[in-house]
Amino acid sequence: MRYSQQLGSRFMGMVRASGQIVFLFQDIVRCLFRYRIRLGLLLRQIDFIGGKSVPVVIITGSFIGAVFAAQTEFQFKDLGLSSGVGPVVAIAMCRELGPVLCALMIAGRVGSAMAAELATMKITEQIDALRALAVYPTEYLIVPRFIAMLVSMPILVGLAILCGIGAGYFVAVHVLQVPGVYYWNNTVKYTHAKDISIGLVKGFFFGIIILLVGCNKGLTASEGAEGVGLATTEAVVDSFIIILIANFFFTFLLNSILPS
Amino acid sequence: MSSNPPSSPLVRLVGVEKKLGRQRVLRGVDLEIRKGEKMVIIGRSGGGKSVLLKHILGLMQPDAGEVWFGNHNLAQLNEEQMVPLRKETGMLFQNGALFDSLTVGENVAFPLREKGGIKEEEIEAEVARALKIVDLPRQESKWPSELSGGMRKRVALARAAIARPALMLYDEPTSGLDPIVADSINKLMIRLGDELHMTSVIVTHDMVSAREVGDRIAMLHEGRIYCVDEPKAVLESQDPIVKRFVNGISDASDAIF
Repeated sequence: MRYSQQLGSRFMGMVRASGQIVFLFQDIVRCLFRYRIRLGLLLRQIDFIGGKSVPVVIITGSFIGAVFAAQTEFQFKDLGLSSGVGPVVAIAMCRELGPVLCALMIAGRVGSAMAAELATMKITEQIDALRALAVYPTEYLIVPRFIAMLVSMPILVGLAILCGIGAGYFVAVHVLQVPGVYYWNNTVKYTHAKDISIGLVKGFFFGIIILLVGCNKGLTASEGAEGVGLATTEAVVDSFIIILIANFFFTFLLNSILPS
Repeated sequence: MSSNPPSSPLVRLVGVEKKLGRQRVLRGVDLEIRKGEKMVIIGRSGGGKSVLLKHILGLMQPDAGEVWFGNHNLAQLNEEQMVPLRKETGMLFQNGALFDSLTVGENVAFPLREKGGIKEEEIEAEVARALKIVDLPRQESKWPSELSGGMRKRVALARAAIARPALMLYDEPTSGLDPIVADSINKLMIRLGDELHMTSVIVTHDMVSAREVGDRIAMLHEGRIYCVDEPKAVLESQDPIVKRFVNGISDASDAIF
């Protein structure tokens, strides 16, 4: 009985959170057309979301590309397919590894920070103070983050892809002695613009997911330090789960639009 | 204390009810706040005084009843429709609620920058003047985290009053301040009311402040306005509930241990 109650309560919580996220998204879109964009806040958020995420994305993209190239080469070597490592790494980085791993890193770094900052602002009455000073919180707090995320995410995903392909090349050619010319020629031959587009489109939508989940968790945080902690943790965990599930559907949807 | 002749109400609460969780915090509050007066609201901790202030500003919506600000029933307005009305109000929050990401100067300048159409030099001069009034000159470049609780409250007061709103709401303005600073805040509240004709609503536990500042005192008890009268009448009341609160006398029902 207790288990079914808990399950029911969790289900209702998910339904409520989904509704809140839909309303938040609707409010953001409305504010985009209704209010002027605050350039100062936007630039600050682009720096925080985009600029300060660059090192993390470079490290993540590079090491994933390097490891993936090494593992692929270990398996392909016995089949005599070492020259095929390049396109496999490139397509995997473009279509899946680049956008997904980049999104997970950004969810961990930016989504959690957004949730923590907004939750702290909520419990210290700073959001009420904004409202009292005749400022609409969605317009002031969320819209600059939203635009910054939309601008930054595809660029960060592109960077992760580039670093992954570069690191894969380095490991395969300079460490595992795969012939560089074949590696590169095959990479260019079998990797198409649509593969890169799929990665960037996924990054764009993952950015929206990270922003909506992080901001919603912050804005609906319960009182106290525990509320801030819970909002932060849930922002990361929920973003991870939603990104991974969404990626499955995006993969099929985008593959039907842009088949390999 | 200063006295103003009775005038038309700027704020009117009619049968306001509010439930937070399972607790019925407000159980039918009726109160009129006249233009230009300084209304002090007293009552026990957790009795709903801050909740009442938030209803006056539309930060909370009543479960039942009406909150009138001038000719507008706030209960019928959405968040965006309340924005122009809030430009006529200022609120000092209990803990200041300064924006952590802005310096003291940027916090105080915030209402003027939002208002727009004011030159940057004028804003800077106004900020310097406001900070001087609250006895914090040349503190513009400091961050809120570098200030003590009392200083934060004074900066918040400068921020709330800088745009000279028609209605000022103070949530425990003198709590946590030493008696001298508390007295200067009391004098400032009187000055803002008398010189700039601001209507003030002050929630406080500080009976000295209530006596000095208030034109009238309303006591909130068990979710309703128990009495409203001039300070002398309330503070010298022989009603057992009012007398106990004003003189801070606990009985067995208040025992913590």
